[in-house]
Amino acid sequence: MHVRRLELVDFRSYRAVEVDFEPGASVLVGPNGIGKTNLVEALGYIATLASHRVATDAPLVRSGAGSAVIRCTVMHDGRELLVELELVPGKANRARLGHSPVRRAREVVGALRMVLFAPEDIELVRGDPAARRRYLDDLLVARRPRFAAVCADYDRVLKQRNALLRTAQLARRSGGGADLSTLDVWDGQLAGHGAELLAGRLELAAGLAPHVAAGYDAVAGEAAGAASLRYRSSLPAAGADRDALATALAAALAQARTAEVERGVTTVGPHRDDLALTLGELPAKGYASHGECWSFAVALRLAAYRLLRADGVEPVLVLDDVFAELDTGRRDRLARSLEDATQTLVTCAVEADVPVALHGARFEVRDGEVKRV
Amino acid sequence: MYEGAIQDLIDELGRLPGVGPKSAQRIAFHLLSADPVDVNRLATTMRRVKEVVRFCTTCFNVAEEEQCRVCRDTRRSDEVLCVVEEPKDVVAIERTGEFRGRYHVLGGAINPLEGIGPDQLRIRELMARLSAGTVKELILATDPNTEGEATATYLALLVKPMGLTVTRLASGLPVGGDLEYADEITLGRAFVGRRAV
Ligand SMILES: Nc1ncnc2c1ncn2[C@@H]1O[C@H](COP(=O)(O)OP(=O)(O)O)[C@@H](O)[C@H]1O
Ligand SMILES: [Mg+2]
Ligand SMILES: [Zn+2]
Repeated sequence: MHVRRLELVDFRSYRAVEVDFEPGASVLVGPNGIGKTNLVEALGYIATLASHRVATDAPLVRSGAGSAVIRCTVMHDGRELLVELELVPGKANRARLGHSPVRRAREVVGALRMVLFAPEDIELVRGDPAARRRYLDDLLVARRPRFAAVCADYDRVLKQRNALLRTAQLARRSGGGADLSTLDVWDGQLAGHGAELLAGRLELAAGLAPHVAAGYDAVAGEAAGAASLRYRSSLPAAGADRDALATALAAALAQARTAEVERGVTTVGPHRDDLALTLGELPAKGYASHGECWSFAVALRLAAYRLLRADGVEPVLVLDDVFAELDTGRRDRLARSLEDATQTLVTCAVEADVPVALHGARFEVRDGEVKRV
Repeated sequence: MYEGAIQDLIDELGRLPGVGPKSAQRIAFHLLSADPVDVNRLATTMRRVKEVVRFCTTCFNVAEEEQCRVCRDTRRSDEVLCVVEEPKDVVAIERTGEFRGRYHVLGGAINPLEGIGPDQLRIRELMARLSAGTVKELILATDPNTEGEATATYLALLVKPMGLTVTRLASGLPVGGDLEYADEITLGRAFVGRRAV
């Protein structure tokens, strides 16, 4: 799959811009704040109906304008597909697919598949477990949309169960007896949805692990320590079978019950899990250097890319500001590892940072314009 | 902000479910310019609903007498009891024409976030009805969401010792539609929840 054309109207800093891309690598160069990430963000919005930077649509519309349009022509299996989104803050997006309006904007999801590395991704390595869980869950949903409902159900049950525990905790503190008659029911639901989510994540993590190791090697070189990814569950190991996991989760909840009523919060379940990322013998978080963390974050995105590609549809790979934090060796190796990708879009603030090994089209981003050079 | 009465009306309307500030304003000005006869009829109807409508003493459906129409109907079976969350669910099931038993309206679902537990629902009354021994099948028709599922599971556990047949409504793909029109989440769930035929 590749993006052939991107057109923006009143999106972020752009009044009107059109960019034509080709398969292979495209490098977008321009100074800080010129609008490189804005382009990347527009593509990401077409792919996921969300920005990787902001939670609401208002900042995406050029200040002074009432609405923004993103139009993207995607080539897939020799066919051309036009995806168009109109963003009106505070209202539902209007979407068109191949010139025809669709009933729900969600129907355009999947027309463009994209994997994005953004500088914020360093948090995947250095940040809280929540960032790593989101990385897993986003990928899970991208591959199997049903998991969007599994995640939503699990979150809802968790909120309800925590509310019940909190009420029980307060009742206990004020000396009264707590009504826990429905806790068994919520335990059952949490175990059911939790096991489903856990099974999905475990299978995904197992699939990702070899790609992460290979992706890190490809960037850091064989001489560097090996990168590994392992799912760290709050449950004792129970295999990957859904029913066995549900039994194990139910047992863990039963065991934790007294403590949970005391603390007023659910202490076991996939919402407490993490990905253990290690470099050589040491955890990446707290030990690895800035450049190593950066490389690890790149490896995580490359792994997602390889996995989706193995599923059958090759996504577009977008790397925003990826080179600045890498040494020359890593830049070159990363560039070479991109050679087999159908399409890669790379942004860079300084021309000199672009490795010579990265062949492909060059674009210059200037005030509100993107010119091929 | 408008002056006095009109702003009061906008505020009152805005408190209604599903009515935002914009709609409240539109409705208020519509009422202001409407025929006084129409407005009076609306006001009278609203007052009347509070005066005459009450809850059925048997099933807690809305009623205008001691018992609702379903409970008064002697042709219906006392052996099948369908548990729903709200009176509107009774109306929905009645429209199917498939059910000839009785109802029990819980008045909501278990929802700890909103402080609703079994004691806030009409579960004690349900247990009292069941203890008479006439009911052979209990249909749990609570909503197919987290809270509805929790309520159904809770009730199923509660009545288990009574040895009734307990059933839950089937959910899944809308029948009669094309598979391709189901969104990928609904279809994905139905696929995973497939059953032997
Ligand atoms: N809604 C908007 N309207 C106008 N300008 C915007 C809007 N949102 C962001 N910008 C401008 O876009 C620039 C940031 O662009 P960005 O693509 O992040 O830069 P970079 O090229 O460094 O990646 C900032 O100068 C910002 O002021
Ligand atoms: Mg940027
Ligand atoms: Zn009744």
